[in-house]
Amino acid sequence: MVSAGSTTEGHGSTTEGHGSSTGRSETTGREGMGSAPADPGAAPLAPREFLRWAWRQLTSMRTALILLFLLALAAVPGSVVPQEAVDATKASQWRENHHTLAPIYQKLGLFSVYDSAWFSAIYLLLMVSLVGCILPRTRVYWKALRARPPAAPRNLSRLPEHRAFETSASPEQVLERARGALRGYRVVSDVAEVSRLAGARTSTTGGEELSLSAERGKLREAGNLLFHLSILVVLVGFAGGALLGYKGGVIVVTGNTFANSLSQYDDFRPGSLFKPSGLAPFDFKVTDFDVTFIKEGREAGMAHKFSAGLDYRTSPGAATRHTRISVNHPLTIDGTKIYLISHGYAPHITVRDATGAIAYSGPVVFLPEDNTFKSWGVVKVPDAQGPSGPEQLGLEGELYPTYAFTDATGPFSAFPDDKNPALSMLAYQGDLGLDDGVPQSVYALDKKGLKPILKPDGKPLRVDLMLNQTVTLPDGMGSVTFDGMSRFVKLQVSRSPGDLVALGGVVLALLGLLGSLFIRPRRVWVKVRRDGGGPDRRTLVEVAGLDRSAGGDLAGEIDQVVASLRGAPQQEPVRDEEQV
Amino acid sequence: MSHDQFEVLSNQAVAVCAAAYFLALLAHLAEWATARSVPATATAEESGTASAAGGGVDVLERVDVDTDRVARFARIGVVLTTVAAGVHLVAVASRGLAADPVRVPWGNMYEFTLTATLMVTIGYLLLYRRFSLDWLSPVVTGFVLVTLMVDVLLLYTPVVPLRDALQSPWLVIHVIAAIIATGAFTLGGMCSALYLVKERWPNTREGGYLSRLPGLDALDRMAYRTQAFAFPVWTFAALIAGPIWAQHAWGRYWGWDPKEVWAFITWVVYAAYLHARATAGWKGRAAAIVALIGLATLWFNFVGINFFFGSGSMHSYA
Repeated sequence: MVSAGSTTEGHGSTTEGHGSSTGRSETTGREGMGSAPADPGAAPLAPREFLRWAWRQLTSMRTALILLFLLALAAVPGSVVPQEAVDATKASQWRENHHTLAPIYQKLGLFSVYDSAWFSAIYLLLMVSLVGCILPRTRVYWKALRARPPAAPRNLSRLPEHRAFETSASPEQVLERARGALRGYRVVSDVAEVSRLAGARTSTTGGEELSLSAERGKLREAGNLLFHLSILVVLVGFAGGALLGYKGGVIVVTGNTFANSLSQYDDFRPGSLFKPSGLAPFDFKVTDFDVTFIKEGREAGMAHKFSAGLDYRTSPGAATRHTRISVNHPLTIDGTKIYLISHGYAPHITVRDATGAIAYSGPVVFLPEDNTFKSWGVVKVPDAQGPSGPEQLGLEGELYPTYAFTDATGPFSAFPDDKNPALSMLAYQGDLGLDDGVPQSVYALDKKGLKPILKPDGKPLRVDLMLNQTVTLPDGMGSVTFDGMSRFVKLQVSRSPGDLVALGGVVLALLGLLGSLFIRPRRVWVKVRRDGGGPDRRTLVEVAGLDRSAGGDLAGEIDQVVASLRGAPQQEPVRDEEQV
Repeated sequence: MSHDQFEVLSNQAVAVCAAAYFLALLAHLAEWATARSVPATATAEESGTASAAGGGVDVLERVDVDTDRVARFARIGVVLTTVAAGVHLVAVASRGLAADPVRVPWGNMYEFTLTATLMVTIGYLLLYRRFSLDWLSPVVTGFVLVTLMVDVLLLYTPVVPLRDALQSPWLVIHVIAAIIATGAFTLGGMCSALYLVKERWPNTREGGYLSRLPGLDALDRMAYRTQAFAFPVWTFAALIAGPIWAQHAWGRYWGWDPKEVWAFITWVVYAAYLHARATAGWKGRAAAIVALIGLATLWFNFVGINFFFGSGSMHSYA
């Protein structure tokens, strides 16, 4: 805990009652690390005492510090190794490229650091430590909140800030002024206390003595507690969202519809407590997709203001409504949010087989590979008729939205818009492996059972197509036609019920943090004593202050109090300890 | 003025303010070099290595002359820094005006660094009087100068419009908070670094730079104050404004994107600093080291992430 309240560089011990604000630091300060509260050299601890010792260790500030460092350190690998939950494609690519390391990393949980056992262990221990600190401190604070400001210490000059001066005003007048000057403070001048003190002093100084205690800034500790409590709220919110919510991704070609059910998602990550029945029954049709690519200047080629039109219904019977979603402007349906994540092209490809029948026809999603939207895609034709019986065909290759060619670069896409689309794919025949029962990616060909279709000269056949062109496959195997272009959008559909709890928690945490850092708890005492007797009796006034947090201009504040106590300018003050 | 002209103006202003920072640095170096011949007691009260300035009248007169020169160099340095800050502000503002449409100048790392260094200077100038920061002058001017050079040499990017993901009011809120926090953490880190240096070599030559630094307690307090200010701002930038925006743009509050991971690490390390400062055995030296680790993670997050994991981060433009 940020117990900056006890960092007054040892001043806490100058008066009674200060050292008792049980903070974490003091617990450790008293007991030190690794030393049992009982006899250090004694026999092994009894189980109960061991537990107590362990609890005290766990909730000590040192342990909390070490756990914080561990947490920071443990978070690092998650930024270096691709994370399953952040980018599954990247994680699997990494696995393929690192055959020796991947199994080790897998065992260590390095592909999902933030829900690995060791990462969880660290933050759970930290939370236990935090609770173990908050509870006792809340109790102490509750008591302190109702306690009166402590009476003036016997010797005010030992406090970090101390002023003394003489005045002709009566002690009562001075105290009255002090009450006015100490606005914002809780001020107490306990009669019994004062008379006892006065009684104790009368014998030595021969004068009467009055005193006043003032305190402010008790809310600092409240802010501190609120901050730490809010961290728990945030975690509960996140945990709730992660357990009950879900997050799915889907690619929809314009003109197609999506209904919110499990089978429609390309990838779906439910929380552990998520039930499929919790999916809101909406559906929508992606009517169109709008994008402007900047054509001129340095930023030529940058996609600009892209948005997708949706016709959606909140449930199958409901009325259809139209809306547009874009980056930074998602659509919310009953707490489920639909985001536009990215976009790309889906060329229409028709494959005819040896008999001339259409074996495949429709838009095929090609995934963009770079800023020019050069894209990669695969066509799988499982039911074609070959010249000699059924066979399967596969095509894989690139789409260039604006095809261009130079000898130096080979084919490339000169612009991301579809100004001059071209396909360039290799063709395969054989077994696509779809019947093995192993789920396959729709974006990759399993080439185990496939062999490239060769041209008469023995080189692999490349199917190069401009829009509306047809290429005939050799040996009467059929043809491939490039019929048209559509766009697709990648959407994210997600629901995380704990979000508002977490957000509220963070805001409360910030408020608490501000309180715990900027509220300055301090105490001020004023003591007045009549000296001697007769008509020209003088009143000796002492003012002292104690800053219970680091920083803050206590000296300046005490000077102000002194100035207002003296009222009209009088004689030079008898100051001591001006500079500390 | 056209957008292109504003861009040229911005680039020229960066060059001019760098030159002004350089002159300010020279003035402050001259200040401290001159001060070497003056006993610390003659100019600064806070020095702990006070000793009687013995010698005859000649010596005292020379000391007087030198003290005047020290003060004059200090003034020149601060005036030059103020001028540099003004030109720096012009550089930042015209950078925003250079874009079409006009936008806040925080669209990429070059612009972020340009603004963050300005924040460091402004923070330093604002606190200069109140905390008599003359001892911090050479560090601030030197740091800002070097960072600006690196910025221009390595990070320079021509002005381009904001990409769609950045077109949100949260850009202003999230980024300005991050920039302010970065500036304040940097100032605090300078104090922590000076604390460590002073703590390591407590008995340096009298009159030298180190002997004129404030006492260890004062350095520690200054470091704490700036960092305690920066911490809630960072909390707001990284853990409130950032997630809210991320929720709008990417559909999740927190996704452990590398930038987010390191923002979290920075936050945890500075939380550890605030705790360390209040813990027996960690006060002082250890706490200062923790603060510097925090600053290192902050700057690494800002620059390093883009170079090492640039393609993998959704913050690759920042």
